[in-house]
Amino acid sequence: MITEKPRIQFTPERLERAREILTHYPEGKQKSALLPLLHLIQEQEGWTSPEAMDYIADFLGIKPIEVYEVATFYTMYHLEPVGKHVIEYCRTGPCMIMGGEEVYAHLKKKIGADDGETSPDNLFTIKPVECLAACGWGPCFQIREKYYTHLTIEKVDEIIDELKK
Amino acid sequence: MKVTIDNITVEVEPGTTILQAARKIGPEIAPPAMCYYEPLKASGGKCRACLVKVTAGSEKDPRPMPKLVPSCITQVQDGMVVENTINQQVLDTRKGIVEFLLINHPLDCPICDQAGECHLQDFAFEHGMQQTRYEEERRTFEKTDLGPNIQLHMTRCILCYRCVFTADQITDGRVHGVLNRGDHAEISTYLEKAIDNDFSGNVIDVCPVGALTDKTYRFKNRVWFTKPVDAHCDCDKCKGDVTLWYRGDEVIRVTARKNQWGEVTAFICNKCRFERKKTSDWVIEGPTKVARHSVISANKYGANKIVPEFARRLAASQYKDVKEGRNLEQLSIQQLPEERFKQLVAPAGESAVAGIRSIQNWADDK
Amino acid sequence: MSSERLKILTANADIPGIETFEVYRKHGGYTAVEKAVKTMTPDAVVEEVKKSGVRGRGGAGFPMGMKWSFLAKPEGVPRYLVCNGDESEPGTFKDHWLMKTIPHLLIEGMIVSSFALGANTSYIYVRGELMYVVKILEKAIAEAKAAGFLGKNILGSGYDLELYVQPGGGAYICGEETALLESLEGKRGNPRNKPPFPAVKGLYQCPTVVNNVESISTTPWIVNNGGEAYAAVGIGRSTGTKLISASGHLKKPGVYEIPLGITVNEFIYSDEWCGGIRDGHHLKAVVAGGSSVPILPAALLLKTANGEDRLMTYESLADGGFATGTMLGSGGFIAMDETSCIVRNTWNFSRFYHHESCGQCSPCREGTGWMEKVLHRIEHGHGSMHDIDLLVDVSKKIEGNTICPLGDAAAWPVASAIRHFRDEFEWHIKFPQEATRPGAVYRGHMELA
Repeated sequence: MITEKPRIQFTPERLERAREILTHYPEGKQKSALLPLLHLIQEQEGWTSPEAMDYIADFLGIKPIEVYEVATFYTMYHLEPVGKHVIEYCRTGPCMIMGGEEVYAHLKKKIGADDGETSPDNLFTIKPVECLAACGWGPCFQIREKYYTHLTIEKVDEIIDELKK
Repeated sequence: MKVTIDNITVEVEPGTTILQAARKIGPEIAPPAMCYYEPLKASGGKCRACLVKVTAGSEKDPRPMPKLVPSCITQVQDGMVVENTINQQVLDTRKGIVEFLLINHPLDCPICDQAGECHLQDFAFEHGMQQTRYEEERRTFEKTDLGPNIQLHMTRCILCYRCVFTADQITDGRVHGVLNRGDHAEISTYLEKAIDNDFSGNVIDVCPVGALTDKTYRFKNRVWFTKPVDAHCDCDKCKGDVTLWYRGDEVIRVTARKNQWGEVTAFICNKCRFERKKTSDWVIEGPTKVARHSVISANKYGANKIVPEFARRLAASQYKDVKEGRNLEQLSIQQLPEERFKQLVAPAGESAVAGIRSIQNWADDK
Repeated sequence: MSSERLKILTANADIPGIETFEVYRKHGGYTAVEKAVKTMTPDAVVEEVKKSGVRGRGGAGFPMGMKWSFLAKPEGVPRYLVCNGDESEPGTFKDHWLMKTIPHLLIEGMIVSSFALGANTSYIYVRGELMYVVKILEKAIAEAKAAGFLGKNILGSGYDLELYVQPGGGAYICGEETALLESLEGKRGNPRNKPPFPAVKGLYQCPTVVNNVESISTTPWIVNNGGEAYAAVGIGRSTGTKLISASGHLKKPGVYEIPLGITVNEFIYSDEWCGGIRDGHHLKAVVAGGSSVPILPAALLLKTANGEDRLMTYESLADGGFATGTMLGSGGFIAMDETSCIVRNTWNFSRFYHHESCGQCSPCREGTGWMEKVLHRIEHGHGSMHDIDLLVDVSKKIEGNTICPLGDAAAWPVASAIRHFRDEFEWHIKFPQEATRPGAVYRGHMELA
């Protein structure tokens, strides 16, 4: 009998990384790896699909609902497919008073997508987020791991044009 | 050790919580509990309905505690002095808690199967205000089924987590949980999975409101028209001790037995709950001693006082007109301030006002 | 910056390559580890930290030495030190800056502190958005380990320590220590009911200390120079230096290490620090300690109600209670000039707390959303006068009645904004068309500085 392969699994390098992460915690506390592993699978798959969550549940030997509960609690896990670049812009007070609202309005217009949407060319997804701990360098947004700070309308144009290339 | 609650001193074992000590004294001074559930480990501390004032921490350290404390999870100390029903701060706070729990809870009691045995209804009657101050849009969800026999009406949920603890502690594979966060949090299986477990039905009994209801009982009757009877059977899955709820000579519902605090004394299996609906399935023990009175069974809803309020809201719900960009249907499920009510309903036309009057008159006659 | 100022955390921050082990070590790094594990007992380290009087830099300001002394030490049960790097309080970005700039300072602090507490496994929990910082720290840990400062038998002392970095998933609430522990256990970040406190039952139900990044980063200096030397800096119970995250309408926003005790006036206007308000504008209001602390109008910020100069200390900023004072909190200093709309800002903060409420307890879950919606209405020209009192009342019903301090944090900005800027709220309600015009600025009575 052939057992069906799960549709999603870690690439060999990520599998190694995942196994290393498991060693961070005492015996029997492997559920602690849940958040890092969800980041890892999302980095691989682009988003956190139900299949990806089921795979992680299986990997950690926990119930799928325990993964759903966690993945829906935190804001960084994309529960829907996203564009190539996810732009997470800070909408909180300190960035707002430094002109964030105008800059972000321009950003949305420029890429042709509103909050939570993906641009028609599937390149950009816009996600408003709360404070990114870069208040003195605002307005700011984040794309994957990179912070873009001191944003102005001109700077947004440059960044987006660069990413479109 | 000794603890004094509302000037009544009682002797309790170490490890007893304030709430348990108060229950020992009696229902008159026991704080309300919307999330705490003694049979479920780790329950409590969330709804904040049972907050009390500790005016003296203990004999040794008689300083008062700075904040109100959740009585359900705070253990008594020897010589502790607690104020519950005699403390204005506690009562004011409780009023606030009712209001918080109600702002996103539909006032659909007239069509809710839980009415009459709803803890939120009782809580609101005891501690709530007649009017709401909430004018914003309410949180609503689609109804979903958790398997063939359980309906989840998330709009009514107050997120007490009891059903989650139940699934964790008395079933062997929890598939539902609390998803999302803040006021978007919801009880769900995420992927609309059915809860398939022999003891899943117990989530219905532990639910303090009408969020989880028994589909085999849905709209069958109002609970205050039914006759509860204790019965047992020889069940290979559970103890088989249940309460049968009769309408005439028909068993329309089976539940676990509950104590005076509304807590299940022995969880029952789904077969007993959903399938054994004939008198011949059971050995009848006798009428259930109803130790806990709901506001309805105690006839506390004076017709003049309450029904017109209810009727007004009900009548307003008939008009789906939208004024000032707000949905009247949404507004109807709250008690509008008189002035706002006139503003919103009067423009809907004479027939609307007439309809309300007729219902009010009907209510006044009752 | 003038050179005579004592810099406890940032003295070497500008040195090129300070993020590497080599450069950090060359400039005196890891001497505290050597001193502690080779020449001191764990209790002696705790004693120095107690003497220093250093207070928790995450916001609550609880004396760190005292927190350490509460740690239960039952036989045969592991103890944990967890560093709180979940910095998410709007206005605060000092930990972010410190971790990315001098990662080894935190690592060194973690080793010294873990040694003091008898922890053999420690974690640095960093908010998930700072994944690049997670990688910086992981690299620093690997370097320190390769040099024998981590792992088994550190410097031949017989003391073992493993240090790991744990990323969060995006949730402000995980900055609350018990929510952080839940998150570290791979769960939703729901704060726990207390007691039991983490010092007794923390991570994996074992005794645990949770300290802020900046707090832990003070320990190498305290070990090297002694607690008394630390306590000699500052005023009264506000000892040492503090990182202030300065943002908003300042000439030079950024992270500054100040000796506690300079005047607020000096901090804002001196060229050594923020350099004043941006050209052509005047200070209207300040949120001095992160979004949750009460907002103060300029006049009350610079001078207390008694007319004394307000100082950058825990005590002075709190002078007058919430009626006329505020809190130092996490040191997130947000300056707003006269172009800022207090109503819009309050709504913005309120939206933040609504968004970040975990939803576990009813006052916070329902109350934060309610306040946000009412504020949204007022800001967008649909408010009525009774809404203002309603907001105050709702905030009071939340405050003090929740499982964790997020309820208070959500209530204070709203209550304080109405307390000090009620006229501006009324203006929005009385003149909605004017107030909702793009770029509209309240021109009523205000004392600017």
